[in-house]
Amino acid sequence: MSEYNFQILVCGGTGCKASESEEIRSSFVNLLNEYGLEEEVQVVLTDCFGFCEKGPIVKMMPDKTVYVRVKPSDADEIIKEHIVKGNQVERLLYRDPVTGTVVRDRQHMEFYKKQIRIALRNCGFINPEEIDEYIAHDGYMALGTCLTEMKPMEVIEQIKKSGLRGRGGGGFPTGLKWEITAKVPGDQKYVVCNVDEGDPGAFMDRSILEGDPHTVIEAMIINGYCTGASKGLVYIRAEYPLAISRLKIALAQARAYGLLGDDILGSGFNFDIEIRYGAGAFVCGEETALIHSMEGCRGEPTFKPPFPSVSGYLGKPTNVNNVETYANIPVIINKGADWFASIGTEKSKGTKVFALAGKINNVGLIEVPLGTTLREVIYDIGGGIRGGKKFKAVQTGGPSGGMLTAEFLDTPIDYDNLLAAGSMMGSGGMIVMDEDDCMVAIAKFYLGFTVEESCGKCAPCRIGNKRLHEILERITDGKGEIQDLDRLFMLSNVIKDASLCGLGQTSPNPVLSSLKYFRQEYEAHVKASHCPAGQCKALVRYEVIEDKCTGCTLCFRNCPVGAITGEKREVHFIDQSLCIKCGVCFEKCKFGAILVS
Amino acid sequence: MSRIKLSDSAVETIKEVCMSFGNQEGELINVLHQVQDKLGYLPAEVQELVAQELNMSVAKVYGVVTFYSYFTMIPKGEFPISICMGTACYVRGAEQVLSEFKRQLKVEVGQTTPDGKFSLSCLRCVGTCGLSPVIMVGEKVYGRVSPQQVKQIIAEYQEGCPSHEAKSA
Repeated sequence: MSEYNFQILVCGGTGCKASESEEIRSSFVNLLNEYGLEEEVQVVLTDCFGFCEKGPIVKMMPDKTVYVRVKPSDADEIIKEHIVKGNQVERLLYRDPVTGTVVRDRQHMEFYKKQIRIALRNCGFINPEEIDEYIAHDGYMALGTCLTEMKPMEVIEQIKKSGLRGRGGGGFPTGLKWEITAKVPGDQKYVVCNVDEGDPGAFMDRSILEGDPHTVIEAMIINGYCTGASKGLVYIRAEYPLAISRLKIALAQARAYGLLGDDILGSGFNFDIEIRYGAGAFVCGEETALIHSMEGCRGEPTFKPPFPSVSGYLGKPTNVNNVETYANIPVIINKGADWFASIGTEKSKGTKVFALAGKINNVGLIEVPLGTTLREVIYDIGGGIRGGKKFKAVQTGGPSGGMLTAEFLDTPIDYDNLLAAGSMMGSGGMIVMDEDDCMVAIAKFYLGFTVEESCGKCAPCRIGNKRLHEILERITDGKGEIQDLDRLFMLSNVIKDASLCGLGQTSPNPVLSSLKYFRQEYEAHVKASHCPAGQCKALVRYEVIEDKCTGCTLCFRNCPVGAITGEKREVHFIDQSLCIKCGVCFEKCKFGAILVS
Repeated sequence: MSRIKLSDSAVETIKEVCMSFGNQEGELINVLHQVQDKLGYLPAEVQELVAQELNMSVAKVYGVVTFYSYFTMIPKGEFPISICMGTACYVRGAEQVLSEFKRQLKVEVGQTTPDGKFSLSCLRCVGTCGLSPVIMVGEKVYGRVSPQQVKQIIAEYQEGCPSHEAKSA
């Protein structure tokens, strides 16, 4: 690696791959060969840099220049200017959206300034398909320390001391979970990595597995050593083909290096990992449901206790952890529990990865110390709201979480604060909404998801959520009545109280939180048949304001259904019977001549 | 639903897959993944044969097939179109894109056009939220799709072979 003078890192995450990063890599390689520079410059397809908004991203090493929205055709200029002449290609540098100034490298980008990367430490820095690169970045060092210098209980003590809590959503102390599994007697135990990331709008786990699969493998082996398990299982969504293929490569390499299999590092400890595929069921993120799914059954949750730590996969003691939780383990061993515990808040230690998305300037994958405020995340890292619009709410915890309003912007993010505010940490989805979003419609959207994903075992969840969804539908169609608001509230509480698993217990959260903080919006829908955000189609009407229309024909040309008529330089007209209320005319009109009522 | 008759080669394929997993009941999900991969979908007749091979009840196989969204009992179109309905895409207008696809193709979600060319489905998050709203045609991802682009995307595939240069995002 050190023989090269330059490295060109091309993001190969799913997002950038969709934007031709593979083609970018190959045009670099082809051109370098053509110019005879292949000995000098190495091209590496890494994983997600996190800054998905501006992808595909190309990073130049050693000077750390970041180029954004790169196209395959830009490769030539980058090589000729940057590599050969040493000049940065101005037009491909990132511009700060607020100040408009050019930012030349990663350290100076607001997006990265407040981040601390522990779980994502290697993502975007190493080639995930090369075990040697992982090893060069302290990879498998923690495993060596554990197997040769520490007893299982000593490792568990370190994890307990670090204060690490489960990153899958629940926040259960990881060390304690390991300890329970370790203390249960049993000849065969299992450790399971949960990659059934089903929260719509969240992609943290996938990125870690795509970008740094070995960290998960290393942590699972340590987990097996601590709990006495000889077998690890990775339960992964079949919808993640890239993550699956990288994991398979990593497993094969680890086996070839003797890091999986019998007598690992001469310690006498045997451990191997198998992959199990999910088939698309959100509820399988719940550990008992996940275990049933691994056994080939419907993924329905069962009552706890017994906890999987006592009786899990095939009735054997099973320790289930999420990807991000595992990604923290090697660092805790290498840098020490005290170091880890020095980051974060009193009860929430370390960092958390969030998938920042929605109406925000910098969509991407970020990792911040727990205790960072929502304002810092949304405005400093996220670059504020798109199009200069006004912030309305942020949804954390996906369909299980709640909407947090502007009054919570200065709340430090940790497990307990979010719960107290009526939301939850969840797996790390963070969706930002602006003034154009209708909170009733958003609640309906989440309930639609829950209705589809409820496994059907508990009547309150199966039937109750369906009824909630129907009431919300009625309201957004302008057919609701004021009593519906009380019905929503009552029914939500019944569902929360009477459902067995986390899905049912949290599914009404979007309804309850929106009712609490945006009651006036619900009231506007039912009392005045008015959607304040102008989102609910049944309540919206688009009309041309005659005085303002210049007859530029822009709306006419863009209307997808041909509902707009009018001659050049004459006032246009919208046929309400044809209008599908897509809002394109409103967006396109440069003269503010479309009235939304 | 009218019964279909499985071809001899399909029967052979299914039996082989089941055998490769030792005809173990616990491997049902893995078996279904592979069978769907090879045959495209899992109609009742396929489920019956899988049940027989794994020595379990058809009801249980059916229960699993219908539980997981990844498994389908209807054949997908030649070009399956999936609209991402993850939250990030939703708040950036995925619903309008979906209704435009429904309108253009004249099918509902979960259906296939009569000529077998296109099927329409929703999925829950491609994980490329930076490109939202996102749709997929087969394996190809289209980012930042607007309702106005829908017609053009469909046209790309209408002729049979999509032009490889055409790329949005």
